[in-house]
Amino acid sequence: MQRSRDAVLKFFIDLHLCPNLEDQKETELMIRKSAELGYKAVGVPLPKKNHSDLAGKISKICGEAGLDFISRIDLEPSNATELLRDLRLLRRKVEIISVKCMSKSVARQAAKDRRVDILSFSPLDVRKRFFDSAEAELASETNASLEIDMAPLLYLQGYRRIRLISKLREEVYIAKKHDVPIIISSGACELKLLRKPEDLASLGYLFGLNPNDAEKALSENPREIIERNRKKLSPNYVAPGIYVIRRGKDCPDG
Amino acid sequence: MRRRYVAVKVESDGEVKKEDLFYAVWNSILKLFGEYGASQTDLRLIEYSPEDGLAVIRCSHKSLPMVKASITCVTRIGRESAALHIQLVSGTLKSLRRKLSERIKKG
Repeated sequence: MQRSRDAVLKFFIDLHLCPNLEDQKETELMIRKSAELGYKAVGVPLPKKNHSDLAGKISKICGEAGLDFISRIDLEPSNATELLRDLRLLRRKVEIISVKCMSKSVARQAAKDRRVDILSFSPLDVRKRFFDSAEAELASETNASLEIDMAPLLYLQGYRRIRLISKLREEVYIAKKHDVPIIISSGACELKLLRKPEDLASLGYLFGLNPNDAEKALSENPREIIERNRKKLSPNYVAPGIYVIRRGKDCPDG
Repeated sequence: MRRRYVAVKVESDGEVKKEDLFYAVWNSILKLFGEYGASQTDLRLIEYSPEDGLAVIRCSHKSLPMVKASITCVTRIGRESAALHIQLVSGTLKSLRRKLSERIKKG
């Protein structure tokens, strides 16, 4: 009872809402539906090129729906060099950088780079999910989070879903063991795959995530990343622990 | 046996029949937890109002996490794509109805 009352007060965030950005009507519908389902903020992956224009448009739609918009870019580099180049170009331009690790070398590089916020892996090919103990150890040092998209659990059937659930159970166990934050996102690319945050949390049961941890993965964990990165992107940020607190005439002479 | 009553909002492109709704939830439980899991749920569709798109499902207290996960995993009812959203969970039908009406009054 207490838990459900707490859930009402929680600030739920869907960090991975994936509407077709070319279809503005669908994008609007999905954002409005997210607000209706009880999310307070949504992260929409933007393309690498032209991201600032789109961010403005989506931010406006989110504002109208009463949601906080989080700008995000999903990188899918083919090798570690490409990842480093993309990070150099894009890190200061968006709030969240997620890396979809399609090879082990990319996964390792992403896990040890502090500029990467989220590690995500292929839901369709479990052999390409490289989140093992070594990866988790690196990720725990750099504070990178493991993202679990829930949409594949809804649309996959039979053997592929069984394999995915089994792999997720293993990954959640490793992440907990190494204190790697877990983030649960919808990963929804169509309206009918959107679910209430509490419903997504209930799916955590399938892979051994207890209700408290699942709710944390939908609220506190994404919120920490956003707050950390917004501080870093603010013009007052100088270096870790150093901020400009006063400027111009307010500054004492001495 | 202790029971739980779950109020569920049904969203579908087409008209949803009571039997189709129950079959969709039942099928989802069977797919996720098998016949052994399904035997523990003691699942019943208590009522369904097609006008409001609201259904009440009863299950055993112990199987509630299984039933909630299965309800969330429903993506089709009959031939139409659909989504089920859990609105409330309560220990008695009376308190579920009271909470639902309070929620409707609040808007």
